[in-house]
Amino acid sequence: MPYLFSTAEQQKEMLEIIGVNSIEDLFDQIPGELKLNRLLEMPPALTEMELGSHVKNLVSSDPGVASKVSFLGGGIYDHFIPAAVDEIVSRGEFYTAYTPYQAEASQGSLQTFFEFQTMICQLTGMDVSNASLYEGGTAVSEAIFMSMRVKKRHNKVVILGSVHPEYQQIAKTYLEHLDCEVCIIPTPDGTVDIDQVVGALDKETACLVIQQPNVWGCLEEVEPLVQAAHDVGALAICSVDPISLGILKRPSEYGADIVVAEGQSLGIPHQFGGPFLGILACKKEFVRKMPGRLIAKTTDRNGKSCYTLSLQTREQHIRREKATSNICTNQGLLALRATIFMSLIGPEGLKEIGDRSCKNAHYAFEEMKKIPNMKPAFDKPFFKEFCMIHDGDLELLRKKSLSKGFLIGPTISQFGNLESIPEEASSHGILFAFTEKRSKSEIDSLLRIMTTELATV
Amino acid sequence: MRNQQATQLIFELSVPGRRAAIYPKCDVPVDSVKELIPSGFLSEKPPALPEVTEPDVVRHYVNLSTLNMSVDTHFYPLGSCTMKYNPKRHERICNFPGLVDIHPYQKEENIQGILGILFEMQEMLAEIAGLPSVSLQPAAGAQGEFTALLTAAAYFRDHGQNRTKVIFPSSAHGTNPASAALAGFDCIQLKQTGNGLVDLEELKSHLNQETAVFMITNPNTLGMFEKDIATISKMLHDVGGLVYIDGANMNAIMGQTRPGDFGGDMMHYNVHKTFTGPHGAGGPGAGPIAVRDFLADYLPGPVITKTEDDDGNDYYQLTNPVKSIGRVRSFFGNVGILLRGYLYLRTLGAKGVKEASEQAVLNANYIKALLKDILPVPNGDLCMHEFVASAADVQKKNGISAMDIAKRLLDFGFHAPTVYFPLDVPEALMIEPTETESRETLDAFAESIKQILSEDSEYLHDAPYSTPVSRPDEVKAARKPVLKWTEPGK
Amino acid sequence: MSSSDLKFAKSHEWAKLDGDVVTIGISKFAVNLLTDLVYIELPAVGDSVSSGVSIGEIESVKAVSDIYSSVTGEIVEINDSLEEDLGALTEDPYGKGWIVKIKIADPSELDQLMDQKAYDELCQSEAH
Repeated sequence: MPYLFSTAEQQKEMLEIIGVNSIEDLFDQIPGELKLNRLLEMPPALTEMELGSHVKNLVSSDPGVASKVSFLGGGIYDHFIPAAVDEIVSRGEFYTAYTPYQAEASQGSLQTFFEFQTMICQLTGMDVSNASLYEGGTAVSEAIFMSMRVKKRHNKVVILGSVHPEYQQIAKTYLEHLDCEVCIIPTPDGTVDIDQVVGALDKETACLVIQQPNVWGCLEEVEPLVQAAHDVGALAICSVDPISLGILKRPSEYGADIVVAEGQSLGIPHQFGGPFLGILACKKEFVRKMPGRLIAKTTDRNGKSCYTLSLQTREQHIRREKATSNICTNQGLLALRATIFMSLIGPEGLKEIGDRSCKNAHYAFEEMKKIPNMKPAFDKPFFKEFCMIHDGDLELLRKKSLSKGFLIGPTISQFGNLESIPEEASSHGILFAFTEKRSKSEIDSLLRIMTTELATV
Repeated sequence: MRNQQATQLIFELSVPGRRAAIYPKCDVPVDSVKELIPSGFLSEKPPALPEVTEPDVVRHYVNLSTLNMSVDTHFYPLGSCTMKYNPKRHERICNFPGLVDIHPYQKEENIQGILGILFEMQEMLAEIAGLPSVSLQPAAGAQGEFTALLTAAAYFRDHGQNRTKVIFPSSAHGTNPASAALAGFDCIQLKQTGNGLVDLEELKSHLNQETAVFMITNPNTLGMFEKDIATISKMLHDVGGLVYIDGANMNAIMGQTRPGDFGGDMMHYNVHKTFTGPHGAGGPGAGPIAVRDFLADYLPGPVITKTEDDDGNDYYQLTNPVKSIGRVRSFFGNVGILLRGYLYLRTLGAKGVKEASEQAVLNANYIKALLKDILPVPNGDLCMHEFVASAADVQKKNGISAMDIAKRLLDFGFHAPTVYFPLDVPEALMIEPTETESRETLDAFAESIKQILSEDSEYLHDAPYSTPVSRPDEVKAARKPVLKWTEPGK
Repeated sequence: MSSSDLKFAKSHEWAKLDGDVVTIGISKFAVNLLTDLVYIELPAVGDSVSSGVSIGEIESVKAVSDIYSSVTGEIVEINDSLEEDLGALTEDPYGKGWIVKIKIADPSELDQLMDQKAYDELCQSEAH
């Protein structure tokens, strides 16, 4: 095994100093009858060369977004990652460090996370951000728990049916044993009907969860929804796509109390769904009810500016069963990626990404509407993603697209049986997403394939 | 030689008009965004992110990185965190196309490679645990605990049992009670015991029809193997409760004994610890869980199952267990970390895994032996992969606290041990060397502690001296927390 | 104010009856134990509280403690100056450092509490 040091001679000397005869003696602490008296059944050990070839053989024929043109969406998008992001995060000083418990040995990470918190506030317009959560889905659930603590209301939450179905499923799992009613508002037209939301909200409701743009790509009229939540004293939780905030309104502009987001679009590769980056920011009056780590600026004993973990009494290692969350290990390295990414793109870059993604999507949408057997699922303003309905075999369409080099989807049926939207959309809908990476010629090729293949599938 | 300019805040380096990333002109024939989206949805101007060039960004963050200690640069004996070497081959292989660029909504038939690897990972984790069913979904250990407790709750509910109590020792990680409370259970904490192990009589006094789960870390957080674990498990099972093994300390026992064999019904792994996914300055981790067969139907979905395609080849599927508690995470899990764990296990093989735990235990006992006369360990003669020394005597005699030792160690080029935990041991120094350190390093570390203990306590109170900053004012940071940069004058 | 006319709870709060209003604070012993206080969370005026139930929290950098009510009644006043500056808790725990005032129904609840002498003995034993 390649990462060990002790020679047999050294080992002997070490055992002598310890005062035992053998390594087995060290394990006498484990009762004999509990010991595993055989080797584990595992595949054989591989050298570095063998390991590389082994994995390459297994995965090299699988088509990912690096080798194909991706129009895949559903919460994970093929945005461009500048090389400097990968180069900087490959510094061992970052990725082989741990939680900055010892501030003196961790100023690099601490300052980076302080910058991350600041950038998330700049991006969302909120007052405070934590230093990351697991990913966008659990961030929604953490925000729901937070709203319960803030409002001291534990019996009911209202979630729009246009929030990502997996985020909804997580919330249901998290709340399953807490006697809390989870009320889902259907979105038959692609967005929610404000009257239905008003009807569902009451004085027991801890929060209203909104996603903007929603999972179908549509833009919700958020202001009246936030107002409706506030009217019953509930908090408005908004889940956003951070990359959209170069052109779309910031959550602070429509009065959100807690903002959560999946940060994947900020410089994080797909990796089959993780690790990603959970973002949570809020108004300053809720700071002591926040989950997750917070970094604060302070001074050291010589009066020098520096950074340290702060408000730790909220966290599990001190407050234990009364902690604001059970989270310990977070997503530091992904927060670092996002911080570098946001530094590199700046305000103009963010705007250009939003602008290009939005225009690509709208061009494709207008052209796709012309294709026979293809129609839009909804007629609502959208940002970079939309849902189309095709009555034929969507899986075959995806297969044929891939054979020409194009990844499309997900189909709505991949999310399971959804009751929030009409049956036609839930069984025959498919999402198309467009980032700044796509060009007119790629989109035109996609349209050509759709046109020719749809005649046959 | 520190570059003070580059390590200002990135916002202070910002100059309006500078930029790094530039995007191609849009080439689709459509109107401006204002014509495409109603103005009510649009913001007047983009967020005030910093405006810097690419060289700015690189110099800034590379310089910041040099202000960190890390496993690549320093011995990092942070107890309970298993800061072992992070092999470079993992970083290269995880960036292979077919792994790094796979979208989770791609068609199953097109991602057989990554599904096969993750399936094999499930199998290896089941074997190491001695528990047959695995969910890779939890994003970290704490989420693994929470997920397993929800799984147990679903099982009890399905069997018409109303069990509300979760029990854990006082030395438990804070995540145990926090996860139990989050899952809707009442918490019972056992009292601290004289020998550092669970007091069977006290445990028994809490066991009844309301007992749901006993959560225990084994080896425990004091680095001791709970030798009565089989009896403890039987006691729980006799009242219909379940035993949860917090796997934070699996590095001590992998290949030696298995949670399933000593009575555990559920456990989580910390892949970033035991199987060396790098810790990433605080994460990501991965916290897969393994459970007994009768709990398998309740696991969160999807899990990966193996079947055959029409040609008789292996075919991997994402399926939902029949009584699944549902999802605990979007998409599949922290796959990037799970892959690193897979690569590690494939590098070690069965013999290597066993050897790793042996060397980890050897190294811990070796440091313990070197320090035994100056920093006593209140509990246990031998330790497993880590031990908790106490500076209580030294403090009484010389006024030197555990924190003083921890801070001063940084000057000697060693990361500090864990000093905030466990709460049971006064002036605790929790030391976990891991197997990937040489005897020379361990000797130098012990020598440094010896020297520190001979230094003047007043001098130590102000340590460290060689680090970029020293003793940040945490009270100030907590009283009026400054959590973001604000533009001067605003 | 001398602390001799005060009653004490095991959880280190003091209580003083004045008409039908009880003032509650935390003892000097507890303040010293907590060290470097950073934050206090107070209940709202109008909240109903009952004896033995947490009405707020007090935090230092690495610890957090509940503040318990020793009586049953309604919060009629809170010392919100503490939210800005916790100095009074350390400097004058039995005077300016008072925390809440509770209007009570049953003054006999205070009989359950310790007098100064009994409390001092408790502190002595806990200090070891």
